[in-house]
Amino acid sequence: MKKIYLTVFGFSMLCRINTYAQTRRDTSNTKPLYNVTQPPNQDSTHYNPRKLRLDEIDFVTSYYTQTGDHSAVTGGIGTESVTDIANGLDLNFVWTGNHQNKNTLAVGLGFDYHTAASQAFVSKTGASSPTGTRIYPSVDWTVESAKTGNTFGVGTYYSNEYNYNSLGTDLHFSVKTDNKNGEFSAKLQGYFDNVTLIYPSEFEPVSTVVTSDKSNGHGGNRDDFGSAPRKTYSAAFGYSQIINSRLQVAILGDVVGQNGFLSLPFHRVYFSNGKDTIERLPSSRFKLPLGFRANYFLGDNIILRSYYRYYADSWGIRANTANLEVVYKISPFFSISPFYRYYQQTAARYFSPYEEASPTEQYFTSNYEYAKFTSQFFGVGFRIAPPAGVFGWQGLHELEIRYGHYAQNTDLMSDVISLSLGFK
Amino acid sequence: MTNKIIITLTCILLVTAFTSCVNLKEYQKNRINDSEMALGNRKVEKNELNFQSYREAASGANAGKTGGGCGCN
Repeated sequence: MKKIYLTVFGFSMLCRINTYAQTRRDTSNTKPLYNVTQPPNQDSTHYNPRKLRLDEIDFVTSYYTQTGDHSAVTGGIGTESVTDIANGLDLNFVWTGNHQNKNTLAVGLGFDYHTAASQAFVSKTGASSPTGTRIYPSVDWTVESAKTGNTFGVGTYYSNEYNYNSLGTDLHFSVKTDNKNGEFSAKLQGYFDNVTLIYPSEFEPVSTVVTSDKSNGHGGNRDDFGSAPRKTYSAAFGYSQIINSRLQVAILGDVVGQNGFLSLPFHRVYFSNGKDTIERLPSSRFKLPLGFRANYFLGDNIILRSYYRYYADSWGIRANTANLEVVYKISPFFSISPFYRYYQQTAARYFSPYEEASPTEQYFTSNYEYAKFTSQFFGVGFRIAPPAGVFGWQGLHELEIRYGHYAQNTDLMSDVISLSLGFK
Repeated sequence: MTNKIIITLTCILLVTAFTSCVNLKEYQKNRINDSEMALGNRKVEKNELNFQSYREAASGANAGKTGGGCGCN
Protein backbone atom coordinates (compact mmCIF):
# COMPACT_ATOMS: atom_id res chain seq x y z
CA MET A 1 0.00 0.00 0.00
CA LYS A 2 2.83 2.36 0.95
CA LYS A 3 4.71 1.50 -2.25
CA ILE A 4 1.62 2.31 -4.33
CA TYR A 5 1.13 5.58 -2.48
CA LEU A 6 4.78 6.64 -2.91
CA THR A 7 4.83 5.57 -6.56
CA VAL A 8 1.68 7.55 -7.41
CA PHE A 9 2.89 10.64 -5.55
CA GLY A 10 6.36 10.49 -7.16
CA PHE A 11 4.84 9.95 -10.61
CA SER A 12 2.51 12.95 -10.22
CA MET A 13 5.44 15.13 -9.16
CA LEU A 14 7.49 14.03 -12.18
CA CYS A 15 4.53 14.66 -14.50
CA ARG A 16 4.14 18.15 -13.09
CA ILE A 17 7.76 19.00 -13.89
CA ASN A 18 8.00 17.22 -17.22
CA THR A 19 4.67 18.49 -18.55
CA TYR A 20 6.10 21.96 -18.43
CA ALA A 21 9.30 20.82 -20.13
CA GLN A 22 7.31 19.31 -23.01
CA THR A 23 5.14 22.36 -23.66
CA ARG A 24 7.78 25.05 -23.66
CA ARG A 25 9.28 25.85 -27.07
CA ASP A 26 13.02 26.45 -26.96
CA THR A 27 13.56 29.79 -28.70
CA SER A 28 16.99 30.54 -27.31
CA ASN A 29 18.74 29.75 -30.59
CA THR A 30 16.27 31.41 -32.96
CA LYS A 31 16.03 34.88 -31.44
CA PRO A 32 18.82 37.45 -31.84
CA LEU A 33 19.94 38.99 -28.56
CA TYR A 34 19.52 42.56 -29.86
CA ASN A 35 18.31 44.06 -33.15
CA VAL A 36 18.44 47.82 -33.86
CA THR A 37 15.59 47.59 -36.37
CA GLN A 38 13.14 46.16 -33.84
CA PRO A 39 12.35 47.71 -30.45
CA PRO A 40 12.47 45.37 -27.45
CA ASN A 41 9.22 43.75 -26.40
CA GLN A 42 7.62 46.12 -23.87
CA ASP A 43 4.69 43.87 -23.01
CA SER A 44 5.17 43.06 -19.33
CA THR A 45 2.19 40.70 -19.31
CA HIS A 46 3.84 38.40 -21.85
CA TYR A 47 3.85 34.76 -20.72
CA ASN A 48 7.43 34.09 -19.72
CA PRO A 49 7.85 30.80 -17.92
CA ARG A 50 11.13 30.18 -16.16
CA LYS A 51 12.93 26.88 -16.03
CA LEU A 52 13.09 24.73 -12.97
CA ARG A 53 16.11 25.85 -10.96
CA LEU A 54 17.62 25.06 -7.60
CA ASP A 55 16.86 28.20 -5.58
CA GLU A 56 18.12 27.35 -2.11
CA ILE A 57 19.77 24.60 -0.10
CA ASP A 58 19.39 24.47 3.67
CA PHE A 59 21.45 22.23 5.89
CA VAL A 60 20.80 21.90 9.64
CA THR A 61 22.85 19.75 11.96
CA SER A 62 22.52 19.36 15.74
CA TYR A 63 24.31 17.61 18.56
CA TYR A 64 22.11 16.76 21.55
CA THR A 65 23.20 15.27 24.85
CA GLN A 66 20.99 14.41 27.83
CA THR A 67 21.21 13.05 31.36
CA GLY A 68 18.42 11.98 33.68
CA ASP A 69 17.29 9.26 36.03
CA HIS A 70 13.69 8.40 35.18
CA SER A 71 13.77 6.16 32.12
CA ALA A 72 10.44 4.78 30.94
CA VAL A 73 12.18 1.59 29.74
CA THR A 74 13.05 0.70 33.33
CA GLY A 75 9.74 1.81 34.80
CA GLY A 76 10.52 5.39 35.85
CA ILE A 77 13.97 4.75 37.34
CA GLY A 78 17.35 4.33 35.71
CA THR A 79 19.52 6.24 33.32
CA GLU A 80 18.11 8.48 30.62
CA SER A 81 21.50 9.27 29.04
CA VAL A 82 21.10 10.06 25.36
CA THR A 83 23.27 11.50 22.64
CA ASP A 84 21.80 12.32 19.27
CA ILE A 85 23.25 13.71 16.05
CA ALA A 86 20.49 15.01 13.78
CA ASN A 87 21.09 16.18 10.22
CA GLY A 88 18.63 17.62 7.72
CA LEU A 89 19.13 18.71 4.13
CA ASP A 90 16.42 20.63 2.22
CA LEU A 91 16.56 21.46 -1.48
CA ASN A 92 14.15 24.10 -2.80
CA PHE A 93 13.46 24.05 -6.52
CA VAL A 94 11.43 26.88 -8.06
CA TRP A 95 9.93 27.56 -11.44
CA THR A 96 7.37 29.93 -12.87
CA GLY A 97 4.28 28.41 -14.35
CA ASN A 98 1.07 29.66 -15.92
CA HIS A 99 0.04 33.24 -15.02
CA GLN A 100 3.52 33.82 -13.55
CA ASN A 101 2.61 31.68 -10.54
CA LYS A 102 5.61 30.63 -8.50
CA ASN A 103 6.00 26.91 -7.95
CA THR A 104 8.26 25.55 -5.20
CA LEU A 105 9.26 21.93 -4.84
CA ALA A 106 10.94 21.28 -1.49
CA VAL A 107 12.77 17.98 -1.20
CA GLY A 108 14.15 17.09 2.22
CA LEU A 109 16.20 14.29 3.71
CA GLY A 110 16.97 13.82 7.40
CA PHE A 111 19.27 11.37 9.12
CA ASP A 112 19.70 10.92 12.89
CA TYR A 113 22.03 8.69 14.87
CA HIS A 114 21.48 8.20 18.59
CA THR A 115 22.78 6.30 21.57
CA ALA A 116 20.34 5.79 24.46
CA ALA A 117 21.62 3.99 27.54
CA SER A 118 18.13 2.91 28.60
CA GLN A 119 17.52 1.22 25.25
CA ALA A 120 20.04 -1.46 26.28
CA PHE A 121 17.62 -2.42 29.06
CA VAL A 122 14.86 -3.53 26.74
CA SER A 123 16.66 -6.75 27.50
CA LYS A 124 16.49 -7.42 31.24
CA THR A 125 20.27 -7.95 31.31
CA GLY A 126 21.10 -4.70 29.52
CA ALA A 127 22.35 -6.59 26.47
CA SER A 128 20.20 -4.85 23.82
CA SER A 129 21.78 -2.43 21.40
CA PRO A 130 21.88 1.14 22.78
CA THR A 131 22.22 2.72 19.33
CA GLY A 132 19.80 3.47 16.53
CA THR A 133 19.25 5.50 13.39
CA ARG A 134 16.31 7.31 11.87
CA ILE A 135 15.91 8.38 8.26
CA TYR A 136 13.15 10.73 7.11
CA PRO A 137 12.70 11.99 3.54
CA SER A 138 10.01 14.53 2.57
CA VAL A 139 8.59 16.20 -0.54
CA ASP A 140 6.37 19.29 -0.69
CA TRP A 141 4.97 21.18 -3.67
CA THR A 142 3.54 24.69 -3.26
CA VAL A 143 2.19 27.09 -5.87
CA GLU A 144 1.89 30.81 -5.09
CA SER A 145 -0.37 33.09 -7.09
CA ALA A 146 1.54 36.05 -8.56
CA LYS A 147 -1.63 38.12 -8.47
CA THR A 148 -2.95 37.49 -4.95
CA GLY A 149 -0.05 35.91 -3.04
CA ASN A 150 -2.34 33.02 -2.03
CA THR A 151 -0.75 29.59 -1.86
CA PHE A 152 -1.80 25.98 -2.23
CA GLY A 153 0.29 22.86 -1.76
CA VAL A 154 0.60 19.20 -0.91
CA GLY A 155 3.34 17.29 0.87
CA THR A 156 4.35 13.84 1.97
CA TYR A 157 6.92 12.51 4.43
CA TYR A 158 8.28 9.21 5.64
CA SER A 159 10.21 8.28 8.76
CA ASN A 160 11.83 4.98 9.58
CA GLU A 161 13.68 3.70 12.59
CA TYR A 162 14.20 0.26 14.00
CA ASN A 163 10.99 0.02 16.00
CA TYR A 164 8.80 2.56 14.22
CA ASN A 165 7.83 3.78 10.79
CA SER A 166 5.60 6.65 9.81
CA LEU A 167 4.03 7.80 6.57
CA GLY A 168 2.49 11.25 6.47
CA THR A 169 0.74 13.47 3.97
CA ASP A 170 -0.68 16.99 4.05
CA LEU A 171 -2.64 19.56 2.12
CA HIS A 172 -2.09 23.22 2.90
CA PHE A 173 -3.22 26.62 1.67
CA SER A 174 -3.07 30.28 2.65
CA VAL A 175 -5.19 33.28 1.69
CA LYS A 176 -4.08 36.90 2.03
CA THR A 177 -6.41 39.78 2.84
CA ASP A 178 -7.08 42.37 0.11
CA ASN A 179 -4.54 44.82 1.56
CA LYS A 180 -2.00 41.97 2.02
CA ASN A 181 -1.53 42.84 5.70
CA GLY A 182 -3.29 39.72 6.98
CA GLU A 183 -3.12 36.06 6.06
CA PHE A 184 -5.17 32.99 6.95
CA SER A 185 -3.49 29.60 6.61
CA ALA A 186 -4.60 26.02 7.08
CA LYS A 187 -2.86 22.65 6.97
CA LEU A 188 -4.58 19.27 7.07
CA GLN A 189 -2.28 16.40 7.97
CA GLY A 190 -2.50 12.65 8.34
CA TYR A 191 0.16 10.31 9.76
CA PHE A 192 -0.12 6.57 9.30
CA ASP A 193 2.38 4.91 11.62
CA ASN A 194 3.36 1.41 12.66
CA VAL A 195 4.81 0.54 16.04
CA THR A 196 6.93 -2.61 16.05
CA LEU A 197 5.95 -4.67 19.08
CA ILE A 198 9.29 -5.09 20.77
CA TYR A 199 8.60 -6.06 24.38
CA PRO A 200 11.00 -6.13 27.32
CA SER A 201 12.79 -9.47 27.15
CA GLU A 202 10.91 -10.92 30.13
CA PHE A 203 7.57 -10.22 28.39
CA GLU A 204 8.52 -11.36 24.89
CA PRO A 205 6.20 -14.00 23.46
CA VAL A 206 8.12 -17.28 23.14
CA SER A 207 7.70 -17.25 19.34
CA THR A 208 9.80 -14.08 19.01
CA VAL A 209 12.73 -15.12 21.22
CA VAL A 210 15.69 -15.60 18.90
CA THR A 211 18.68 -17.52 20.01
CA SER A 212 20.54 -17.82 16.69
CA ASP A 213 22.91 -15.26 15.15
CA LYS A 214 19.84 -13.58 13.60
CA SER A 215 19.73 -11.58 16.79
CA ASN A 216 20.42 -7.90 16.19
CA GLY A 217 20.91 -6.72 19.70
CA HIS A 218 17.25 -6.19 20.43
CA GLY A 219 16.59 -9.84 21.12
CA GLY A 220 15.19 -10.70 17.71
CA ASN A 221 14.87 -9.77 14.05
CA ARG A 222 12.32 -7.05 13.30
CA ASP A 223 10.45 -9.37 10.98
CA ASP A 224 9.87 -11.71 13.92
CA PHE A 225 7.80 -9.12 15.81
CA GLY A 226 4.32 -8.01 15.07
CA SER A 227 3.32 -4.39 14.66
CA ALA A 228 0.39 -2.21 15.58
CA PRO A 229 -0.99 0.85 13.76
CA ARG A 230 -1.17 4.40 15.09
CA LYS A 231 -3.00 7.12 13.16
CA THR A 232 -2.84 10.87 13.69
CA TYR A 233 -5.08 13.43 11.98
CA SER A 234 -4.58 17.12 12.51
CA ALA A 235 -5.91 20.43 11.24
CA ALA A 236 -3.65 23.42 11.91
CA PHE A 237 -5.06 26.92 11.46
CA GLY A 238 -3.33 30.27 11.69
CA TYR A 239 -4.12 33.91 11.15
CA SER A 240 -1.34 36.52 11.02
CA GLN A 241 -1.84 40.28 10.94
CA ILE A 242 0.44 43.27 10.55
CA ILE A 243 -0.64 45.71 13.27
CA ASN A 244 1.68 48.58 12.36
CA SER A 245 5.11 49.13 10.84
CA ARG A 246 6.79 47.56 13.90
CA LEU A 247 4.40 44.90 15.17
CA GLN A 248 2.89 41.76 13.73
CA VAL A 249 0.98 39.00 15.50
CA ALA A 250 -0.37 35.54 14.76
CA ILE A 251 -2.99 33.30 16.35
CA LEU A 252 -2.43 29.56 15.90
CA GLY A 253 -4.64 26.61 16.70
CA ASP A 254 -4.43 22.88 16.03
CA VAL A 255 -7.04 20.18 16.41
CA VAL A 256 -5.37 16.78 16.69
CA GLY A 257 -6.90 13.32 16.97
CA GLN A 258 -4.93 10.10 17.46
CA ASN A 259 -6.02 6.51 17.58
CA GLY A 260 -4.42 3.09 17.62
CA PHE A 261 -1.51 1.80 19.68
CA LEU A 262 -0.46 4.95 21.58
CA SER A 263 1.79 3.36 24.21
CA LEU A 264 5.23 1.88 23.60
CA PRO A 265 5.62 -1.84 24.24
CA PHE A 266 9.11 -1.69 25.75
CA HIS A 267 8.13 0.75 28.54
CA ARG A 268 7.86 -1.07 31.87
CA VAL A 269 5.55 -0.20 34.75
CA TYR A 270 6.17 -1.46 38.31
CA PHE A 271 3.05 -1.77 40.45
CA SER A 272 2.78 -0.95 44.13
CA ASN A 273 2.61 -4.71 44.85
CA GLY A 274 6.09 -5.21 43.37
CA LYS A 275 4.96 -6.89 40.13
CA ASP A 276 5.73 -5.37 36.77
CA THR A 277 4.14 -5.20 33.33
CA ILE A 278 4.29 -3.01 30.23
CA GLU A 279 2.81 0.46 29.78
CA ARG A 280 -0.86 0.55 28.82
CA LEU A 281 -2.51 3.73 27.51
CA PRO A 282 -5.90 4.46 25.90
CA SER A 283 -6.27 3.85 22.17
CA SER A 284 -7.38 7.41 21.44
CA ARG A 285 -6.22 10.89 22.33
CA PHE A 286 -7.51 14.33 21.44
CA LYS A 287 -5.17 17.35 21.62
CA LEU A 288 -5.98 21.04 21.46
CA PRO A 289 -3.02 23.45 21.40
CA LEU A 290 -3.67 27.19 20.97
CA GLY A 291 -0.80 29.58 20.34
CA PHE A 292 -0.08 33.26 19.98
CA ARG A 293 2.98 34.96 18.49
CA ALA A 294 3.93 38.62 18.54
CA ASN A 295 7.09 40.11 17.03
CA TYR A 296 8.01 43.72 17.71
CA PHE A 297 10.79 45.84 16.17
CA LEU A 298 12.03 48.00 19.03
CA GLY A 299 14.10 51.03 17.96
CA ASP A 300 16.49 50.40 15.10
CA ASN A 301 18.31 47.25 16.14
CA ILE A 302 16.27 45.17 18.60
CA ILE A 303 13.55 42.66 17.72
CA LEU A 304 11.41 41.01 20.39
CA ARG A 305 10.11 37.60 19.35
CA SER A 306 7.48 36.21 21.74
CA TYR A 307 5.35 33.09 21.82
CA TYR A 308 2.74 31.65 24.15
CA ARG A 309 0.84 28.33 23.93
CA TYR A 310 -1.91 26.77 25.97
CA TYR A 311 -2.36 23.03 25.54
CA ALA A 312 -5.06 20.62 26.69
CA ASP A 313 -5.65 16.96 25.86
CA SER A 314 -8.09 14.18 26.66
CA TRP A 315 -5.59 12.40 28.93
CA GLY A 316 -5.90 15.24 31.45
CA ILE A 317 -2.71 17.12 30.60
CA ARG A 318 -2.77 20.92 30.67
CA ALA A 319 0.35 22.84 29.70
CA ASN A 320 1.58 26.39 29.26
CA THR A 321 4.59 27.43 27.19
CA ALA A 322 6.07 30.95 27.08
CA ASN A 323 9.06 31.95 25.00
CA LEU A 324 10.91 35.24 24.55
CA GLU A 325 13.83 35.86 22.24
CA VAL A 326 15.60 39.22 22.07
CA VAL A 327 17.36 39.75 18.76
CA TYR A 328 20.08 42.39 18.94
CA LYS A 329 21.29 43.48 15.52
CA ILE A 330 24.93 44.49 15.80
CA SER A 331 24.75 45.29 12.08
CA PRO A 332 22.03 44.64 9.49
CA PHE A 333 23.79 41.37 8.71
CA PHE A 334 24.92 40.12 12.11
CA SER A 335 22.74 39.51 15.15
CA ILE A 336 22.93 37.91 18.60
CA SER A 337 19.75 36.40 20.06
CA PRO A 338 19.53 35.31 23.68
CA PHE A 339 16.33 33.37 24.41
CA TYR A 340 14.38 31.96 27.35
CA ARG A 341 11.55 29.41 27.33
CA TYR A 342 9.42 28.36 30.30
CA TYR A 343 7.20 25.27 30.17
CA GLN A 344 4.81 23.80 32.73
CA GLN A 345 2.51 20.78 32.49
CA THR A 346 0.17 18.81 34.73
CA ALA A 347 0.36 15.01 34.84
CA ALA A 348 -1.70 12.67 32.71
CA ARG A 349 -4.27 10.84 34.77
CA TYR A 350 -2.54 7.54 33.94
CA PHE A 351 0.92 8.49 35.22
CA SER A 352 2.46 6.98 38.34
CA PRO A 353 6.10 6.97 39.43
CA TYR A 354 8.07 3.75 40.02
CA GLU A 355 6.17 1.20 42.14
CA GLU A 356 3.20 3.51 42.69
CA ALA A 357 0.83 2.33 39.95
CA SER A 358 -2.17 0.34 41.09
CA PRO A 359 -2.72 -3.05 39.40
CA THR A 360 -6.46 -2.40 39.49
CA GLU A 361 -6.18 0.57 37.11
CA GLN A 362 -7.10 0.08 33.46
CA TYR A 363 -4.31 2.32 32.13
CA PHE A 364 -0.87 3.08 33.56
CA THR A 365 2.50 4.52 32.57
CA SER A 366 5.71 5.57 34.30
CA ASN A 367 6.93 7.61 31.34
CA TYR A 368 7.96 11.01 32.76
CA GLU A 369 6.84 12.69 29.52
CA TYR A 370 3.38 12.44 31.14
CA ALA A 371 4.44 13.52 34.65
CA LYS A 372 3.80 16.87 36.29
CA PHE A 373 6.88 19.06 35.79
CA THR A 374 8.26 22.42 34.79
CA SER A 375 11.17 23.04 32.47
CA GLN A 376 13.38 25.92 31.47
CA PHE A 377 15.31 26.28 28.24
CA PHE A 378 17.72 29.13 27.64
CA GLY A 379 20.66 29.93 25.42
CA VAL A 380 21.89 32.17 22.65
CA GLY A 381 21.93 32.20 18.86
CA PHE A 382 24.12 33.97 16.31
CA ARG A 383 23.11 34.81 12.76
CA ILE A 384 25.37 36.03 9.97
CA ALA A 385 23.93 36.93 6.55
CA PRO A 386 26.18 39.47 4.76
CA PRO A 387 25.23 40.48 1.18
CA ALA A 388 28.62 39.34 -0.12
CA GLY A 389 28.14 35.90 1.43
CA VAL A 390 29.41 34.40 4.68
CA PHE A 391 33.24 34.52 4.82
CA GLY A 392 33.11 36.16 1.38
CA TRP A 393 31.64 33.02 -0.16
CA GLN A 394 28.73 34.26 -2.28
CA GLY A 395 26.99 30.88 -2.31
CA LEU A 396 26.68 30.72 1.48
CA HIS A 397 24.16 33.47 2.19
CA GLU A 398 23.28 32.65 5.80
CA LEU A 399 24.84 30.96 8.80
CA GLU A 400 23.16 30.42 12.17
CA ILE A 401 24.57 28.83 15.32
CA ARG A 402 22.44 28.27 18.40
CA TYR A 403 23.16 26.73 21.79
CA GLY A 404 20.57 25.91 24.43
CA HIS A 405 20.52 24.35 27.90
CA TYR A 406 17.36 22.54 28.99
CA ALA A 407 16.47 21.60 32.57
CA GLN A 408 13.37 19.88 33.97
CA ASN A 409 12.60 19.77 37.68
CA THR A 410 12.55 15.96 37.31
CA ASP A 411 16.39 16.22 37.08
CA LEU A 412 16.44 15.66 33.33
CA MET A 413 19.01 18.00 31.79
CA SER A 414 20.20 18.40 28.24
CA ASP A 415 22.30 20.59 25.98
CA VAL A 416 21.83 21.12 22.27
CA ILE A 417 23.96 22.95 19.75
CA SER A 418 22.74 23.49 16.19
CA LEU A 419 24.26 24.84 13.01
CA SER A 420 22.21 26.00 10.04
CA LEU A 421 23.69 26.85 6.65
CA GLY A 422 21.74 28.44 3.82
CA PHE A 423 23.11 28.23 0.26
CA LYS A 424 21.77 30.04 -2.80
CA MET B 1 -7.82 30.55 38.09
CA THR B 2 -4.40 31.27 36.51
CA ASN B 3 -5.61 29.94 33.18
CA LYS B 4 -8.68 32.21 33.27
CA ILE B 5 -6.46 35.24 33.90
CA ILE B 6 -4.13 34.25 31.05
CA ILE B 7 -7.05 33.69 28.65
CA THR B 8 -8.67 37.01 29.62
CA LEU B 9 -5.42 38.93 29.19
CA THR B 10 -4.78 37.22 25.84
CA CYS B 11 -8.29 38.16 24.62
CA ILE B 12 -7.83 41.79 25.69
CA LEU B 13 -4.44 41.89 23.96
CA LEU B 14 -5.84 40.39 20.76
CA VAL B 15 -8.86 42.70 20.62
CA THR B 16 -6.64 45.74 21.25
CA ALA B 17 -4.13 44.62 18.65
CA PHE B 18 -6.58 43.77 15.89
CA THR B 19 -8.65 46.93 16.33
CA SER B 20 -5.59 49.16 16.03
CA CYS B 21 -4.31 47.80 12.70
CA VAL B 22 -2.71 50.27 10.30
CA ASN B 23 -3.05 49.70 6.56
CA LEU B 24 0.61 49.59 5.50
CA LYS B 25 1.86 50.04 1.95
CA GLU B 26 4.62 47.77 0.71
CA TYR B 27 7.27 50.52 1.00
CA GLN B 28 6.36 50.93 4.70
CA LYS B 29 7.16 47.30 5.49
CA ASN B 30 10.97 47.51 5.68
CA ARG B 31 11.00 46.52 9.37
CA ILE B 32 8.15 44.02 9.07
CA ASN B 33 9.95 42.33 6.16
CA ASP B 34 13.18 41.85 8.12
CA SER B 35 13.93 38.13 8.01
CA GLU B 36 14.10 37.93 11.82
CA MET B 37 10.60 39.44 12.14
CA ALA B 38 9.11 36.36 10.47
CA LEU B 39 6.24 34.84 12.49
CA GLY B 40 7.64 31.36 12.54
CA ASN B 41 10.41 29.20 13.84
CA ARG B 42 14.00 29.69 12.77
CA LYS B 43 15.48 26.96 10.60
CA VAL B 44 18.14 26.36 13.24
CA GLU B 45 15.39 25.53 15.79
CA LYS B 46 14.12 22.53 13.84
CA ASN B 47 15.84 19.84 15.93
CA GLU B 48 15.15 21.67 19.22
CA LEU B 49 11.41 21.47 18.52
CA ASN B 50 11.78 17.75 17.87
CA PHE B 51 13.45 16.97 21.18
CA GLN B 52 10.95 19.15 23.08
CA SER B 53 8.06 17.24 21.56
CA TYR B 54 9.62 13.95 22.80
CA ARG B 55 10.38 15.13 26.35
CA GLU B 56 7.14 17.06 26.92
CA ALA B 57 3.53 16.01 26.48
CA ALA B 58 2.42 19.22 24.76
CA SER B 59 2.99 19.78 21.06
CA GLY B 60 1.49 21.72 18.17
CA ALA B 61 0.44 25.31 17.46
CA ASN B 62 4.03 26.12 16.58
CA ALA B 63 4.34 24.66 13.08
CA GLY B 64 6.13 21.70 14.66
CA LYS B 65 4.95 18.16 14.31
CA THR B 66 1.98 16.80 16.20
CA GLY B 67 2.44 13.15 15.30
CA GLY B 68 4.49 10.82 13.21
CA GLY B 69 7.97 9.48 13.83
CA CYS B 70 8.98 8.15 17.21
CA GLY B 71 12.44 9.30 18.30
CA CYS B 72 11.40 8.36 21.77
CA ASN B 73 14.72 7.13 23.12
